[in-house]
Amino acid sequence: MMIMHLIHKEFLQIRRNGFLPRLIIMFPIMIMCIMPWVMNQEVKNIRVDVVDNDRSTRSRQLVHSIEASNYFIFCGQKPTYQAALNDIETSKADIILVIPQHYSRNLTQGRQPQVLIAANAVNGTKGSIGSAYLSQIVTPAAATIQSKVDTLFLYNKHVNYKVYMIPALFAILLMLMTGFLPALNIVGEKEKGTIEQINVTPVSKWSFILAKLIPYWLIALFLITICLLLSWLIYGITCQGNLLLVYLLAMLLALFFSSLGLIISIYSDTMQQAIFVMWFFVVCMLLLSGLFTPTRSMPDLAYLTTYVNPMHYFIDAIRTVFIRGGNFQSIAHQVLALLCISSLMGIWAVKSYKKNN
Amino acid sequence: MKQFISFVIKESRHILRDKRTMLILFGMPVVLMLIFGFAITTDVRNVRTIVVTSQMNPQIQAAVERLAASEYFTITTTVPTPKDAELLIRNQKADLAIVFSKDHAIQFIVDGADPNMAQQWTNYATGVMMNMQGTLVNSKMLYNPQMRSAYNFVPAIMGMLLMLVCAMMTSISIVREKERGTMEVLLVSPIRPLMIIIAKAVPYLVLAFAILITILLMARFVLDVPLQGSLVWIFVVSTIYILLALSLGLLISNIATSQLMALLISAMVLLMPIVMLSGMLFPIESMPTILQWLSAIVPPRYYIEAMRKLMIMGVGIQEVTREITVLTGMTLFLLAVSLKKFKTRLE
Repeated sequence: MMIMHLIHKEFLQIRRNGFLPRLIIMFPIMIMCIMPWVMNQEVKNIRVDVVDNDRSTRSRQLVHSIEASNYFIFCGQKPTYQAALNDIETSKADIILVIPQHYSRNLTQGRQPQVLIAANAVNGTKGSIGSAYLSQIVTPAAATIQSKVDTLFLYNKHVNYKVYMIPALFAILLMLMTGFLPALNIVGEKEKGTIEQINVTPVSKWSFILAKLIPYWLIALFLITICLLLSWLIYGITCQGNLLLVYLLAMLLALFFSSLGLIISIYSDTMQQAIFVMWFFVVCMLLLSGLFTPTRSMPDLAYLTTYVNPMHYFIDAIRTVFIRGGNFQSIAHQVLALLCISSLMGIWAVKSYKKNN
Repeated sequence: MKQFISFVIKESRHILRDKRTMLILFGMPVVLMLIFGFAITTDVRNVRTIVVTSQMNPQIQAAVERLAASEYFTITTTVPTPKDAELLIRNQKADLAIVFSKDHAIQFIVDGADPNMAQQWTNYATGVMMNMQGTLVNSKMLYNPQMRSAYNFVPAIMGMLLMLVCAMMTSISIVREKERGTMEVLLVSPIRPLMIIIAKAVPYLVLAFAILITILLMARFVLDVPLQGSLVWIFVVSTIYILLALSLGLLISNIATSQLMALLISAMVLLMPIVMLSGMLFPIESMPTILQWLSAIVPPRYYIEAMRKLMIMGVGIQEVTREITVLTGMTLFLLAVSLKKFKTRLE
């Protein structure tokens, strides 16, 4: 019975704080509206400079096919490689194509003249994908090979980056809302001094911690519902699998992050400390979770960390359900892992709270 | 002057006494550099491949062996029909399936969830399958021959951490004194109120430089990121950026009434746009036009671009004059606004 009153008190406190309710509603909406447009790692609009030393019909055809391509913006023809390199240095171009002299003649005679593709590889992915696309345009053999081999892109026929990123956004929003807010909760009470008042009551540790966690789980539920709704309304992207699985995964992740937030809060003395420690964990977990870059590409040592990273299990599972339409069997492994890790965190949160210092 | 120095010393003591925050502040760049340098890459490795064929023959065997020999692909299993392959991909037991049909046509069924990786997988698979002899193309990767993602990320980490330390910590420190009530005590001391605020900013300035030097050292010696440009100009541009971040911190501290508010404003209004719109993680050219304009008012975008040019591409100072002008302009504007809004009294 006591716990109902405590939960009521938590909700009252959230509501009375003018800033928080607005944040909880506006922030997810803002993120869902803007982020999918931003989170586009598609390689497009690459500016190409051409240095044409051949000036034959063949080389001009090559230039025309570059102009016609969707991936490239034809920047201009330069007289020398050095001039084109200058363009890259002043950020006017991203990639240079140098066609050697006698290109057309050598091609007709069956020799293999080499063109030079120099790509600005400060952004490694952009450089490599850009030069791969350009190679495909240059190599006529590759073009015919591409037509001999048929490729079927499952789950994402239009090769739309948003489909990949929207489940990732769920993870980020859950992490931000259910991670940072509980972290500030107990430390805020410590700084204000009201934690002493709760400590002298007969409220048990379990009820106290549960009462602090439950409002954030409800917020997580609300958050997921809004995100799913917005994803359907604005982008027309819906969940291919069972919605209940999405909710299950979200609740498990919310349990983990709110427990983590509370643990950090219990061990910190000031809000600043709590925020910084939380920020540290969040950034590390996010980067190593396979959200932005695939976990399979990690070196073996780093791959070991994914075994204890709940974000990794969540991202894998939600992508399987949302994009690939998997059922419970496909994600059973991840659900089990999330269950273990989250309950461990929850128990730690309760055990670490001490009423008397 | 002596009063000012004693205030600066007081502030430094406050910061140094908070061991946990100091740990995170110096630990964060180190850990981030390690993660970006060694753990995060978009290389093609360990692509789990399924072979789909109803019967084996020597040609298919040869192709499969070529794939298995390459370092990119790992053959997991062979199944008879494409449907089985699709099921395995859906359950995330594989990434790519190659279907060999009777009439020698080859089909790739690839997990299209991550479009970039899917494209790369099919490119590599086509290359290995076709065994192309001699290429018509000579590819050269400028400035970053091994395509290390660290090169791209080090300027981004610098931009984010410096903004975090200067803007967020400065504003929280000032607002915390207001909340606790100790600001009144400071205001009745003989020093001018503006000097109090500046004395608060100075230790964070020093801290920011310390972090900058840590990041540069780690980048140079641990990650082997070359520092091609001149160090002097790198420091000059960084100083302008740090001053900009400090003025932002001052502005936030004038607006916010509680620590929570200061924190949430710096986190949501500052850090989120920085991470999203500054070109740190996602290329600006791929964004819709409205967002590209919005990113024009995000200061870290110019700093990160300038740092990329100076550090990785090693260009001279002439190329970054545009970025420097914009950053200086923003700094002066923000300083003017925050000084104007500065209230000498507590109400």
